[in-house]
Amino acid sequence: MEYEILGLPLWYYIAMVSKVLLVFVWVLLTVAYATYAKRKIIGHMQVRLGPMRTGWHGLLQPIADGLKLFFKEEIIPAEASTFAFLVAPLIALVPAFISFAVIPFGSTLTVGGYKIPLQIAAYADKGGSVIDVNVGVLYILALSSLGVYGIVLAGWASNSKYSLLGGLRASAQMISYELAAGLSLITVFMVSGTLSMQQIVADQAGFGWYAWRNPFLFVAFIIFFICSLAEINRTPFDLPEAETELVSGFCTEYSSMKYAMFFMAEYANMITVCAITVTLFLGGWHGPFTDAMPILSPLYFIAKVYALIFLCMWIRATYPRYRYDQLMGLGWKFFLPITLVLIVGNALWINVVGAGNWLGCLFA
Amino acid sequence: MPEILFFSLVAGVAIISSILVVAMRNPINCALSLIMTFFCMATLYVMLDAPFMAATQVIVYAGAIMVLIVFVIMLLNMRTETSKNYVHGVLVSCIVAVLTLFVISGFLAKSPLTGATGNMTPELITKVGHTELIGQAMFTKFLLPFEVTSILLLVAIVGSVILAKRKL
Repeated sequence: MEYEILGLPLWYYIAMVSKVLLVFVWVLLTVAYATYAKRKIIGHMQVRLGPMRTGWHGLLQPIADGLKLFFKEEIIPAEASTFAFLVAPLIALVPAFISFAVIPFGSTLTVGGYKIPLQIAAYADKGGSVIDVNVGVLYILALSSLGVYGIVLAGWASNSKYSLLGGLRASAQMISYELAAGLSLITVFMVSGTLSMQQIVADQAGFGWYAWRNPFLFVAFIIFFICSLAEINRTPFDLPEAETELVSGFCTEYSSMKYAMFFMAEYANMITVCAITVTLFLGGWHGPFTDAMPILSPLYFIAKVYALIFLCMWIRATYPRYRYDQLMGLGWKFFLPITLVLIVGNALWINVVGAGNWLGCLFA
Repeated sequence: MPEILFFSLVAGVAIISSILVVAMRNPINCALSLIMTFFCMATLYVMLDAPFMAATQVIVYAGAIMVLIVFVIMLLNMRTETSKNYVHGVLVSCIVAVLTLFVISGFLAKSPLTGATGNMTPELITKVGHTELIGQAMFTKFLLPFEVTSILLLVAIVGSVILAKRKL
C-alpha cells in the first residue's frame, strides 16, 4: 500500500494487469468454445450430433480448427489493395475486444485493504470510492461504429464482386440498426440518469433490473437485443455473408488466420453484445447473495451472458434469413418509430408512476 | 511526465496521419488516415478531461460521417483518378494553407494561452460529469442555436429525400 508508482499504489497496477489478462483470456476461451457450442447446439436442435470425433464429444474441436486455420496458406489476391486488405481483419477484431474495458463483470473485491472494482476501466481512489469512465455506454457505441470499417474495407480491398456487395450490405445494415439500438438505449439513460456502467449496474440492485422496470423498458430491451443482432450480422440478419447469394460475403477472399480473425471478431462481438445487454437490462452482475459474497458476482454475470449466447444460437437454428429489403424496412419503418414512441412513453411513465420498480411497488 | 510523453506520441501520430491525408494517392487510404486523425483528436479530448467530446468525436466523425465518405469513394470507384497530377490545385491550397497558418499564429500570439479563463475546472468536471455539464449548457444557455441546428439538419434530410426520390 505504501509503495507508490507515479502517485498510484502498487495494488492498482497489479489489479489492472490481472483484470486485463483475466478478461482477455475469458473472451478468447469463450470465442473458441462458442464456435463449438454453436455447432453442438444447432446440431442437437436439428437432430444431429455435431462434432464428435476430436476428443470426448468433440471437445477439442476448436483447438483443431484453430490449428488448421493457422497452418493454411495465406493468399492475397493479385489485384487487391494490399494495405487495406491486411489491416481490415485487425480493424474488425480490435474494437470487438476492447469494448470489454468498460463492462463491469463483478462487484468490488477487497484484497489486502485495497478495493478492486471488477471492471477494467475503473479504480478505487484513496477514499475508497469507485471511479469509472463516466461515458461508458458512449464508448461502446463509438467502438461498435468503428467495427464497420473492418468489414467495409475487407469488402472493398478484396477487389471481388461478392466481397464488395457483402461489404456494402454490411455497412448499410450496421448504420441503419445502430440508430434504433442507440435510441432504445435512451430509455435506459432516462431511468438511470447516468452513462457510467458502474452506476447503471448499482441502480439495478435487488432485482430492480431495467428490463422490467416498466413496460416501455421491456420493449426497449427486446428491440435493443434484436438491433444488436442485426448490427453484428448474426442470423437472421447475416446478409453480408449470405452463403446462398454471396459465397461468403466480405470475407470471400480471405484465408488462413485473417479469415480466423473475422470469425473471432464475429464471435467476440456476439459476446460483447450479450454482455452489454446483461449490464444494461438484466442487472449486470447482480444476483442472490452478491452482497455477502462478492466473489459470486462474476459467476452470475457469466451465467447471464452464456444464457444470452445460447439464445443467439437458438435464434440461429430457428429463423430463416431476411430478404434485404425486408431487413431495411424492419429497421427503418418498424423499429425506429417504435423506439421513438418508447422514449415518449417512458418519459410519461417516469413522471406519472416514477422511475422505480413498478412490479416491486405492486407486491410491496 | 508520462502524460507529456503520451501527448507527444498521440500528437505525432495525429500530425503524420493528417499529412498522409493529403499525401496519399489512393482516396481510400486518405480516408483511413483522416479516421486516424479523428481518433487521435478524440484521445486528446480524453486527455483534456472531456470524455463526452471524445466519444461524440468518434461516434459522429469517425463512425458516421467517414463511413459515408468511404461508402461514396467505393461506389464511385475513383482508382482512375489517382494517376493524374493537379498542379494548380496544389498551388491554390498551398497559398490558402500558408494564409491560414498566419491568421492562426497571429490569433494565438494575441490570446492568453496559459491560466484558467473559464469556470470549467477539471475538479468540476469530475464532480458533476462532463455529459451533464454539456447537456445543461446546451439545453439552457445555447437552446436557440441548438434548435436552429436541428432545423437545419431537418431541412437537409427533407432536401436529400426530395433530390434522391423524385418519383415518391
